[in-house]
Amino acid sequence: MSSLSTLAASFRHGIHPSEHKEATEGLAIQRMPFVERYVLPLSMHTGAPCRPLVAVGDAVERGQVIAEPGGFVSTTLHSPVTGKVVALGPRRYPNGNLVQALEIEIDPFSPQRLLPRAPVDPFPLSDDEFVTEVQRAGLVGLGGAAFPTHVKYKPPPGKTVTRLVVNGCECEPYLTTDHRLMVERPDAILRGIAIAAHRLRVEETVIGVELNKPDAIRALEGAVVKAGAGDEVRVVPLRVKYPQGAEKMLIEAVYGFEVPSGGLPLDVGCVVNNVGTMAGLTDWFDGGQPLIERVVTVGGPGVERPANLLVPVGTPVRAVLDHCGGLKAATREVVMGGPMMGQPLAGLDVPVLKGTSGLLAFTEAETRLPAEYTCIKCGRCVDACPQFLNPSRLQRLARAGRWDEVERWFVNDCVECGSCTFACPSGIPVVQLIRVAKSALREQKAKEKAEAQAKEAEAKAAEAKAAQTTASAAAAGGQG
Amino acid sequence: MSESGMGGGRQPRWVVQSAPFLRQGVTTPGLMRDVLLAVAPVLVMAVLYFGASALLVCLAATLGAVLTEAAFAPRLPGRSRFARLTDGSALLTGVLLGLTLPPALPLWMAFLGGVVGIGLGKLIWGGLGHNLFNPALVGRAFLQAAFPLSLTTWSVPSRALGGNLWTLRAGNFAWPLMQPAAQPDAMTAATPLNLMKFDHQATALADLLRGQIAGSLGETSAAVILLAGIFLVARRAFDWRIPAAILTTVAAFSGVLWWLAPQRYPSPAFMLLSGGLMFGAVFMATDPVTSPLAPRGAWIFGAGVGVLVVLIRVWGGMPEGVMYAILLMNGAAPLIERVTQQRAFGHRALAARKAKAAAPGAGR
Repeated sequence: MSSLSTLAASFRHGIHPSEHKEATEGLAIQRMPFVERYVLPLSMHTGAPCRPLVAVGDAVERGQVIAEPGGFVSTTLHSPVTGKVVALGPRRYPNGNLVQALEIEIDPFSPQRLLPRAPVDPFPLSDDEFVTEVQRAGLVGLGGAAFPTHVKYKPPPGKTVTRLVVNGCECEPYLTTDHRLMVERPDAILRGIAIAAHRLRVEETVIGVELNKPDAIRALEGAVVKAGAGDEVRVVPLRVKYPQGAEKMLIEAVYGFEVPSGGLPLDVGCVVNNVGTMAGLTDWFDGGQPLIERVVTVGGPGVERPANLLVPVGTPVRAVLDHCGGLKAATREVVMGGPMMGQPLAGLDVPVLKGTSGLLAFTEAETRLPAEYTCIKCGRCVDACPQFLNPSRLQRLARAGRWDEVERWFVNDCVECGSCTFACPSGIPVVQLIRVAKSALREQKAKEKAEAQAKEAEAKAAEAKAAQTTASAAAAGGQG
Repeated sequence: MSESGMGGGRQPRWVVQSAPFLRQGVTTPGLMRDVLLAVAPVLVMAVLYFGASALLVCLAATLGAVLTEAAFAPRLPGRSRFARLTDGSALLTGVLLGLTLPPALPLWMAFLGGVVGIGLGKLIWGGLGHNLFNPALVGRAFLQAAFPLSLTTWSVPSRALGGNLWTLRAGNFAWPLMQPAAQPDAMTAATPLNLMKFDHQATALADLLRGQIAGSLGETSAAVILLAGIFLVARRAFDWRIPAAILTTVAAFSGVLWWLAPQRYPSPAFMLLSGGLMFGAVFMATDPVTSPLAPRGAWIFGAGVGVLVVLIRVWGGMPEGVMYAILLMNGAAPLIERVTQQRAFGHRALAARKAKAAAPGAGR
């Protein structure tokens, strides 16, 4: 199959950045040793923050629930270690904000065994019980957006799911976490797929893997045969292209469906899950282990010893980098996530989150800004954009501050994959300008809404007052 | 935040730049360089056919363009006024303008064309990337309007002059603001399009391909220009759809005319290979700044140029119309871009869903 690389499926448009995966793709996942302190933000997922269930001074065990979901679109938080809660307060989040977080100090004498929990058979559970179970596992999408997984298993009434699409693309350069997981734990992924596919009652499951991971494709195909799931599960090799791991792009690559603008994969009958999430289902139902640790690729030219590490959630970034031999003197910037969409860090005293797929250290060469010229409308961004936008036009409008017009040019369909900036020969920070435009547009919308509400409230108050005066006048008239 | 995570000694500077961190490595000066590289053989051919005069005319036009850019373009903050020139766009405009001029043109006119092309064609709009019309063609249109006689005095190729490449043409050295003395008839010749329009006389296609004909400097050898175009397509330096659309439209339109009345109208092969069509299609119409940024728009733009070229050549008062055809379509480019904007991903599906919802119980 891999010899047919140019014939393999993919989505339209997109880019081909150099992969930079050589340094870590062959390195087996290693367990990161425990450190002294862990910081667990109450909101490291999309949705409502968790509500803490423990108080400062409480002893907690590894795998114990320390915070409960703050709503349906929210999830559970578990302690990654056995130790003691030492603080509940604002801590620095990777994006620079201060967020409420629990801080846990490890018990140095504990053997760090997982809080025992009997295996749960997921198959006989009712749909609601299953969704609650998954929410109890604290599972979120491990690709980066950290969307609570259980929500995807409860399609709104009227929507039917017919296909489960498992995302093993890992199209971001440098990152090799999913790659290693597919090579090392294909059976766990297949078991997770069996659980999810049974629950969603899908007709078919596909695992999309890019052709630059032939060993992962082989491992998964072997696991499919071993599980006897050849009729329901297909491994689909995909042409190497960025951003194939974006769920809408992946669906297009595999099935050719176009998810409607503003819609979800559900609108075309699909649920997309990361391979790591599938293994997470297996860990929870069979092993009783909630999401308390995840695989992180530590890489980039600025790191001494690149590695794929199994890191407890909440481990400080500094500790992870130190474990890998620290940063080289030439390091200029550390990024959480991939080089195309990752979060630049202003400091290393932030925790590894549930959604952290990589920690990359970049040097002068990667962070030097290219010389910038005016846009010559060469169209390379247009050919790169997987959302079929006109980034050239959008960056021009963003520079001019014309927020109304950016909306008409579909700015809200931008997935911020950064392909436009990558392709721009004029060195224009296209996606960065589009982000500015998006947030300015959001602010303007919020302001307009607030103004309209204020006006409405005013009108209502005036109306009420008028009604009152007429009422009292009428009353007075009645008396007279 | 603390930086103690870094190695000891002098602390390197941290930056917090936002993603993406990877770039393709293609740059705008690089693209300009590609086009200059592609145009170089055309220039060499011009020198081989018309002698050193060709080089002088190109140099004069380039000098006019580059000096105007250096003198009047807004300076980059903290940089020398010559820093602007490093993007290579003014140089390219000058060379392209030079190649649209006749070999015996007074050098001061070529220089002035460069000045006007950059000044009125580009800088007045706000510089690179902001102009509506192709600057080189603006320069040429100005010259054509101001000095119609000089612009249509086509000298014979050097071979007809005895073959010495170093023989310069007297016309080149007319004093500024002066017209050159009328050239002896032996030194001038009609272009193939002139011959066709006014004398109904076709030129052999082989001559058109090799370029052994009278004409502007760069428009003589269709074969070399075609090869340059293929190189640029391979380098992805421009949208291949534009020249493809122009050439197809011209071939189709003139082909129909020829089929209807082969005695009255030139053959499509003649139309394709003569005059400035090939040069205009490959080097002028493909200027990304002045053509629409949308795949469907590129087809419409190119087809428009093709239709106008045939209309002007066949029914217009002038023998050649490539320049005006491109300039006219330049003017229409923003409009074309607006109406041919591709539908964003997911909007087709969205529209389909809305249509389904709006349909009153149909199909149920």
